[in-house]
Amino acid sequence: MSNHVFKVEGRAIPIRGNDIDTDQIIPARFMKCVTFDGLGEYAFFDVRFDDQGNGKDHPFNEEKYQGASILLVNSNFGCGSSREHAPQALAKWGIKAVVGESYAEIFAGNCVAMGIPAIELSHEAVEEIIRLVEEDPSLELTLLVREQVVQLGRRTFEGFIPPAYRNSLTQGTWDSTSVLLDAPEDIDKVAARLPYVSGF
Amino acid sequence: MGRNLFDKVWDLHKVRTLESGQDQLFIGLHLIHEVTSPQAFQMLEDRGLTVRFPERTFATVDHIVPTKAQARPFGDSLAEQMMLALEENTKKYNIEFFDLSSGKQGIVHIIGPELGLTQPGMTIACGDSHTSTHGAFGAIGFGIGTSQIRDVLASQCMAISRPKVRRIQVNGTLADGVYAKDIILKIIADLGVKGGLGYAYEYAGPAIHELSMEGRMTICNMSIEGGARVGYVNPDETSYEYIRGRQYAPDGEDFDQAIAFWNSIASDEDARYDDVYTLDANSLSPMVTWGINPGQAISVDDHMPSVSEMQPEQQEVARKAYRHMEFDEGQAIRGTQIDVAFLGSCTNSRISDLREAASIVKGRTVKSGVKAFVVPGSMQIARQAREEGLMQIFEDAGFEWRGAGCSMCLGMNPDKLQGREICASSSNRNFIGRQGAPGGRTLLMSPAMVAAAAITGEVTDVRELKQRASEPAHA
Ligand code: SF4
Repeated sequence: MSNHVFKVEGRAIPIRGNDIDTDQIIPARFMKCVTFDGLGEYAFFDVRFDDQGNGKDHPFNEEKYQGASILLVNSNFGCGSSREHAPQALAKWGIKAVVGESYAEIFAGNCVAMGIPAIELSHEAVEEIIRLVEEDPSLELTLLVREQVVQLGRRTFEGFIPPAYRNSLTQGTWDSTSVLLDAPEDIDKVAARLPYVSGF
Repeated sequence: MGRNLFDKVWDLHKVRTLESGQDQLFIGLHLIHEVTSPQAFQMLEDRGLTVRFPERTFATVDHIVPTKAQARPFGDSLAEQMMLALEENTKKYNIEFFDLSSGKQGIVHIIGPELGLTQPGMTIACGDSHTSTHGAFGAIGFGIGTSQIRDVLASQCMAISRPKVRRIQVNGTLADGVYAKDIILKIIADLGVKGGLGYAYEYAGPAIHELSMEGRMTICNMSIEGGARVGYVNPDETSYEYIRGRQYAPDGEDFDQAIAFWNSIASDEDARYDDVYTLDANSLSPMVTWGINPGQAISVDDHMPSVSEMQPEQQEVARKAYRHMEFDEGQAIRGTQIDVAFLGSCTNSRISDLREAASIVKGRTVKSGVKAFVVPGSMQIARQAREEGLMQIFEDAGFEWRGAGCSMCLGMNPDKLQGREICASSSNRNFIGRQGAPGGRTLLMSPAMVAAAAITGEVTDVRELKQRASEPAHA
């Protein structure tokens, strides 16, 4: 399996609203786990179900959005906690890319570290895509990482992916551990020049 | 032009520039806890990797720890399982673990500074967004996700892009009854919950440097609520006095040399910043949140804002806030009835917070019907508070005294709001569901304001109680 992430294709699911925090994406009580497996069913749990466990009005509950792989969001998505449980829950549900206006910094970093591209589009573009998808949930979207665009039918929406994220996705270095381990002497050199490591 | 602390510390820890354009940054101190580390250890194992610098890694347990029934095994089997995983991993990789039997357990952002682990000029990472707290010492603290924890365990490094630096200059002096918490709530209210995206915040100015280390930690702690991943204060005498004599602090001659190093990494007088924001502390009054994010905060004398007068992009979340809170536009925040008073969390459960709150509570009783409880941030704080007689003051007033942990800051342990309860809380997040009940409602405020609300049963201007306490009692 290649680690390069050039494009993601699939149907989309819109989650409207600014400042959607990680406590909404995955309520803390579901983080009592030692693996990420199984988190998918708890994505957006408290906005999907009432106290009795009955389904509420939420795109994640709607038949027409099942199987979607591209999440559509507004601004400052994923703010709050650093929990990777949030993008993990989304990924386990089936999300492979995020299209939105803006993201909280740690959330965006977590997505990239998992190989999930998150592209920033203008408010108008996001609203337009959401409108089209709500009208016809069977529409297929394509996110091209290097080109920083989202394609929908014949329409192309230009966006932005920070260069470092774009590079690590397309170079296949988003899984950074092996890259970081590549320079063992350099790591030791830095450790040696830090007075609090090597002694004051 | 001079350099700021952030750039100096970054350059000192930079290993190299990666092909992606990010920097590889050496992490001087890695703190781990039970919630975000088990999956990272699993990833290490899956790849046959090990922990590169176990002696620079320290663990504690905080999120899932019950604050009442702490005997093992824990009543909640999932919590017990997480505890076992951390015990196993720390043993296997030779990582020091401050567990319940160490007498030093506590919230990760409290024990780092308390043990002298947190020092100026360090880079610090932890799988928790409030790692910015450690910046109070002139360190650079990053909250990281689990994949990055794996990276730091394996290489003691992370891949990261350098943010911009905004100086937040706080001039003037805080009035009596106004605290560090009010400064940061005001900053977030002014700049918005995403105002800090892409920035590290340097908090500076006379009002900041007059604060104790505890107050500085409160401010840096909540940087992330304003969107800034990193927040810091330049180290000064106050920082050095706090660090002196702590378990992991340098001692003897080393301490003097450390001070020379710490002074050298502070921002230069003429340092360059990407942006500057100025706030006047003289004009601040106690702040309270009325909504569902920490930016929705107003002065205790104010009325809740009108949606139509807000920036268009804030209107929708404001409407959502009014729906959830069941408050009305134009309603006064003062006088809002509360059900629960929570004194705790890594924002405000340090000894000075407890002292301030106790000074309000002393000789008074908690309003009947209000559940009030104090959760010290660490076992060491709990001991000190007991010795100083603070625990007694709280208990006499009708507060419950608990063991150290995150408690009701988030719903991962038995301490949770019920139903639609309204909680006056000294914590940092008022997100829907944050305190464990999907319908729960949180009002963030300073610990002294929480104490005042516990006594009166409603949101109260703590300055009134302070005044009454200082007036001679009339028969
Ligand atoms: S006290 Fe709250 S914010 Fe702090 S580490 Fe614990 S859960 Fe996180």
